[in-house]
Amino acid sequence: MIDLRNLTIEKAHEAFKKGEFTCLQLAEEYLKVIKQKNQELNAYLEVFEDIKAQAQEAQNKFKDGTATAMTGIPLAIKDNILFEGHIASAGSKILGNYKASYDATVIKDLKKAGVIIIGRTNMDEFAMGSSTQTSAYGVTRNPLDPTRVPGGSSGGSAAAVAGDMALIALGTETCGSVREPSAFCGLVGLKPTYGALSRHGIIAMGNSLDQVSPFGKNVRDVEIVFEALSRYDPEDSTSVPEQMRSTISSKKENGATIGVPWHLFKEGVDPIVMNNFKESMKTLEKAGYKVVDIELPTSKYSLAAYYIIMPAEVSTNLSRFDGIRYGLHQDGANLMEVYKKTRGEGFGREARRRILLGTYVLSHGYYDAYYNKAIQVREKIKQEVVDAFNKVDLIATPTVPFTPFKIGEKMDDPVAMYLCDIFSAPANLSGVPSIALPSGFTEAGLPLSIQFMAPHFQEKSLFEVGKKFEQIK
Amino acid sequence: MDIKDVENLAQLARIELAPEEKQQLLQDMDGILDYVKQISEVKVEESKNDFALHNTWREDASQTREFSKELIMEQFPDSQDGFLKVKKIL
Repeated sequence: MIDLRNLTIEKAHEAFKKGEFTCLQLAEEYLKVIKQKNQELNAYLEVFEDIKAQAQEAQNKFKDGTATAMTGIPLAIKDNILFEGHIASAGSKILGNYKASYDATVIKDLKKAGVIIIGRTNMDEFAMGSSTQTSAYGVTRNPLDPTRVPGGSSGGSAAAVAGDMALIALGTETCGSVREPSAFCGLVGLKPTYGALSRHGIIAMGNSLDQVSPFGKNVRDVEIVFEALSRYDPEDSTSVPEQMRSTISSKKENGATIGVPWHLFKEGVDPIVMNNFKESMKTLEKAGYKVVDIELPTSKYSLAAYYIIMPAEVSTNLSRFDGIRYGLHQDGANLMEVYKKTRGEGFGREARRRILLGTYVLSHGYYDAYYNKAIQVREKIKQEVVDAFNKVDLIATPTVPFTPFKIGEKMDDPVAMYLCDIFSAPANLSGVPSIALPSGFTEAGLPLSIQFMAPHFQEKSLFEVGKKFEQIK
Repeated sequence: MDIKDVENLAQLARIELAPEEKQQLLQDMDGILDYVKQISEVKVEESKNDFALHNTWREDASQTREFSKELIMEQFPDSQDGFLKVKKIL
């Protein structure tokens, strides 16, 4: 028996080197747990059949001395990341039979490192949701309390790690889709700087916001995944070249001053979450951090700006799914009917809602009032965040305003659901990295979480404060 | 917004909607637009349109790709002689 609960990437790597267990033996331990738990939790949509072959290749790397930190590590991927020859449905009926015809850049890198890709995990349809309840393939349940949601949209990946069904997992973030499920499942989740990890081969939702984002049980595991995958990719025109990364990096190395925009969460935050956040700040102060009050006046409009920009990008991106080249195809009398029937049948309710909303904010007569204005507001938010980092090294807020809710809740009220990501939006809109860290449990045993933002390409400061917080919390 | 607007948007977005869903969507859109319209309160400088973003170009030269042609073709809903087949366009 391997102690999966307390296993880390480094511990597994040592064990592989010493021959305490093989790559296949570890993968098989996880497969056993998947067999026990997945029927109830629905974290995985599919467990891949080639795990044995992947494990063999990883083991060979240990034999011939080419193994790296990630070799043989069992990892789960969100269903919107292309893995050649395997289905990638994005949690949607319209791509239910779609087989990826190439590897995403992050998959190429994982394969090269000999990572074992166990399977694809459930998600809100096209990553649209905050609770993994909009998937065409059923809801995912929270391993800590199966009557509750795991968060979303990367809820399957979060449940896989929290349920010991994978050591680490990849999700994607457009606005909180990894940090919010990390908070709900007691995990560490990192949203890297926009442009740090390649988006090539990721099924896009909002191109100007999307970023591949790792989940782990601790900060070090997430750091290892980030370091393995963060690189310039010429296949992604928004990937930031290495030489630009160093120039945008801030000069300060130690995150000594933490700015807290208290005015952003004066109201609307569960008192349990608020108290935990205050306690966490006190703990950090005792450890030598300076906590100061900062103002980000335009940030309170982040979520509103986001819900204009994102649907606009969604309506454009999802126009490619038309029943002609791949995926679902519904026949009709003419081409227009094929489009309308395929898309009417293939997209779920939330996807249809956002496509229509995006079509509206981009249409003649509304473009300036909505889309153009939102772009300008976004720029102002970004400027405020960047300016704040002249005074402080890190910005802290609660990750989510409340604790995990029951399955079925918030499904009839889109705006209530959108508010799950109110504290996530500033990082996605401004492109800065952000990390969600476990900060304790409620009396009922539900996980709590705080998050930090750092300047562009200063993930290192997030890992530093994260590791410190792990020791002192 | 009224039901006609919803129908028009659905037509533009090429999505067939059931009649009862149009009503539901209208209600949802009203709620969401009511929330997002708060951005009109924000004062922004009109002229600042250079968002420090720039286009990334590459040479217009052919390059090989690793796409699997077979995997692409076997997913065509309809094909003939190795070509994708679609309904009459004109």
